[in-house]
Amino acid sequence: MTEHVQTLLDAVALGSIYGLMAIGIGLVFGVLRLVNFAYGQLVMAGAYALALTQDVSVVLSIALCFAVVLALSLAMELAAFRPLRNASPTTMLVATFAISYLLQSIALVRFGAIGKILVVIPQLTKPLTIGSLHVRWITIVTILVAAGVFAALTLFLTRTSIGLQMRAASIDSETARLLGVRANAVITVAVLISGAIAALVAVILPMAVPERILVTPDYALRETIIVLVGVVVGGIDRLLTATLGGFTMGFLVGALSGFLPSSGSWPFTSSVYLDSAVFMLVIVVLLLRPEGLFTRSRRSVVDRV
Amino acid sequence: MRRGDLVQLLGPIGLVVLVGIIGSLGFVSPDRQVEILGALVSVAIVVSLYVFVGNSGVVSFGHVSFVAVGAFAAGVMTIPVTLKPTITPGLFSLLARHSLGNVPSLVLAALVGGVFALLVGIPLMRLSGLSAGIATFAVLGVTHNILGNWTKIGPGPLTLTTIPQTTGMLQGTLGAVGVVLVAFAYQRSRFGRKLRAAREDPAAARAAGIDIHRERLWAFALSGTLCGFAGGLFVHQAGTLQAGDVYLDLTFLTLAMLVVGGVGSLWGAVVGALVVSALGSFLLDAENGDVGFVNDLLGKPLWGGSRLVGVAAFMALVLVLLPSGLTNGREFGLPRLPRIRRPVRGSAS
Repeated sequence: MTEHVQTLLDAVALGSIYGLMAIGIGLVFGVLRLVNFAYGQLVMAGAYALALTQDVSVVLSIALCFAVVLALSLAMELAAFRPLRNASPTTMLVATFAISYLLQSIALVRFGAIGKILVVIPQLTKPLTIGSLHVRWITIVTILVAAGVFAALTLFLTRTSIGLQMRAASIDSETARLLGVRANAVITVAVLISGAIAALVAVILPMAVPERILVTPDYALRETIIVLVGVVVGGIDRLLTATLGGFTMGFLVGALSGFLPSSGSWPFTSSVYLDSAVFMLVIVVLLLRPEGLFTRSRRSVVDRV
Repeated sequence: MRRGDLVQLLGPIGLVVLVGIIGSLGFVSPDRQVEILGALVSVAIVVSLYVFVGNSGVVSFGHVSFVAVGAFAAGVMTIPVTLKPTITPGLFSLLARHSLGNVPSLVLAALVGGVFALLVGIPLMRLSGLSAGIATFAVLGVTHNILGNWTKIGPGPLTLTTIPQTTGMLQGTLGAVGVVLVAFAYQRSRFGRKLRAAREDPAAARAAGIDIHRERLWAFALSGTLCGFAGGLFVHQAGTLQAGDVYLDLTFLTLAMLVVGGVGSLWGAVVGALVVSALGSFLLDAENGDVGFVNDLLGKPLWGGSRLVGVAAFMALVLVLLPSGLTNGREFGLPRLPRIRRPVRGSAS
């Protein structure tokens, strides 16, 4: 029984991390209509910043991580997203694909293929014991941080002027611009918030997921792929549905890897086929609800003239 | 065919044949020959991808799955029967007890790729836009995961070795030319024209009675068949194969080649594949210190790993500066001479 509770708690924590990444990707999609495949490389850059500064104080190291990731997101916006603003969504997706590979290969050339071990705050990886239940502190912290970020962002989007402008721009950017919303300012703020969330994930991920303790050039790539898929499956048009999509994928991955047996000779019978199982579910969901699992209105699938 | 059409076909074919001839010349070093052969195989894969992506306008991130099943089918079935128990011990007995020759294995690869694409395409071609892209990506994920783990149909997490390296310069050139010919025939056919019409204006095409779903499905299946065949060429060139060889990196590289050349034209697919391959070999030479002016400029060879950075940076640059690619989505044409204006006699053209 307690075993199942632990698995479920871990799954919720993983879902929270994926949900955070989904917020980062969904925010930028909202204002730019751009699916950022290079999002994981922001996390990778942050993780390298942390891993290379482990001998200085934790606060300084985390501050540096945020600085690096924010600078990199801003550079991405200025150098790539801005010139591509009127390109088709697929051109933009392929372009971020290229940026992702560019950053990965730079990391590979600069830091090598052998990973660096990263533990940001060792105290957080210790377990908390309640009766027979052992939960690591980081699991609880992750869930709380994700909930906090989501709540803060909801307040920001509904209570502040720039947040309202951001929502307006994501619903209808042209009308919003006609009504005096400064597109570049709104986009820059969205890109920066998205970058800050990537930096946060870079701090949490190596502690929360045991196999992510090693920082390599393809760090967070697998997470990005699953989150991207989750965001589209959930419904990329709204931040809430996108976040729910990301969370669901993380929860599913966590729960399935906990409950599936570790070996089996046929596909889908063991946890090595976890990816297959998740992606098959994704295909089924996309076929049944192409506009998103959590979106309310059923718009016609056929494009109107 | 009119003369202009012939020129459109001769451009890509001439370029591929030229590359093949250069590769067969006596003074070309064996290393360089391997690179040229790799470029020809890339042309085959990218043109196969173009048959669907270029004609339909729907980006697919899943086409490497058809390359992968083709490569695994051709690889597993050409290993000598006596070696199979050591290389892939878990195989189904039917697969373990038989082996095929070179050409039958290529046919098998094409068949497997085509059937797989058809089965996948029947449900998936109903989707469009971002959902279609993500769904094809999910297909790639499933294919990679199963090929990389299921030992009854292949090596699983291990590497397939001792595959006969039968893709020589002649076969590579012929293979690439064959794929280009099929792609050209398709895009000039009734089916290709219908699909291109649907790409330009879905609503008008539908109003004209075109069944977009069906046309996309045909293109997807044809494209999958060609990808499977190209996968066969790929595996017979490499000689070894593991699931990671035909996954994200190859997807990125082939999409990059197609987009760099220009998604909209066959000429663009061929040019993109060759230009990116050439850039890759040039940077590799520069890393090894074989390029004089780079050595002079830097005082040392290019940093190790520059090839990866260079190709990715080049692709990002082309995308940002020329979103419709080097060929701007146009087919090959000879430069036109300035025409002398003459009074039109009789009917035009």
